[in-house]
Amino acid sequence: MAKNRSDERENGLIQQFSITGGDFYHAGHVSTQIKEILKELGIDPNIVRRAAIAAYEAEMNVVMYAQKGLFTLEVTPQKIHFFVEDEGQGIPDIELAMQEGYSTATPEMREMGFGAGMGLPNIKKNSDIFKITSEVGKGTVLDIIIFINQGKNQ
Amino acid sequence: MKLREIKELLAAEVIWGENHLEIEIDTVCASDLMSDVLALGKPGMLLITGLSNVQSVRTADIIEAKAILYVRGKKPDQEGISLAKKKGIPLLATKYLMYQACGLLYQKGLKSVHD
Repeated sequence: MAKNRSDERENGLIQQFSITGGDFYHAGHVSTQIKEILKELGIDPNIVRRAAIAAYEAEMNVVMYAQKGLFTLEVTPQKIHFFVEDEGQGIPDIELAMQEGYSTATPEMREMGFGAGMGLPNIKKNSDIFKITSEVGKGTVLDIIIFINQGKNQ
Repeated sequence: MKLREIKELLAAEVIWGENHLEIEIDTVCASDLMSDVLALGKPGMLLITGLSNVQSVRTADIIEAKAILYVRGKKPDQEGISLAKKKGIPLLATKYLMYQACGLLYQKGLKSVHD
């Protein structure tokens, strides 16, 4: 443990990770690291698991559909906050993209086991607050909040 | 059912995790689509898949699956094996097809993640 996690649990933590679009080899590294950090902070395992699933789906979305992205993790005593901003193709119809099973995945994405059209709905399912904004040709922003002491776990 | 019994029933090879064969498994999720596993999976389950790249192990770690069984003679790549070692996730491989492997385990009373 590089830092004193109990201090960070009390005072909060902000950490940023960059994600490279199209890099399927490293896809998932960021979420694995985030899961480790949340575990080290001593957050309830059920909440860590929900957060890790949301983080992994969000990271895969950047890898699959954007050139690059920045994943900001913020943890306060009350909540886990993921802010994921990418530069990429964007989503023309968010309502459609939120439907389970709707997918624009390429064969390469499917070979990696992704692109079943479950990603965004699954982020919503595992978070307490989920906001998505997107601009075609520019990119997508995901704002994900998971409460630590209330929300879906309670 | 112990992982060792699953290994014997399915004539599986242990790719990694000889020391983890005493763990108990009672739930299974079988899919080649990791998106579906992330949406449907439950902690403590066995993941049965034919997807042999590192994402299978990464998904198992995120979802907190106890072990992975590769079917159709597939075997995980080196990166997958390294990650499994790091995360303590035993890896088995069988020549049975997914349908056969699932059928045999279902007969033994293993439950679906949807039960």
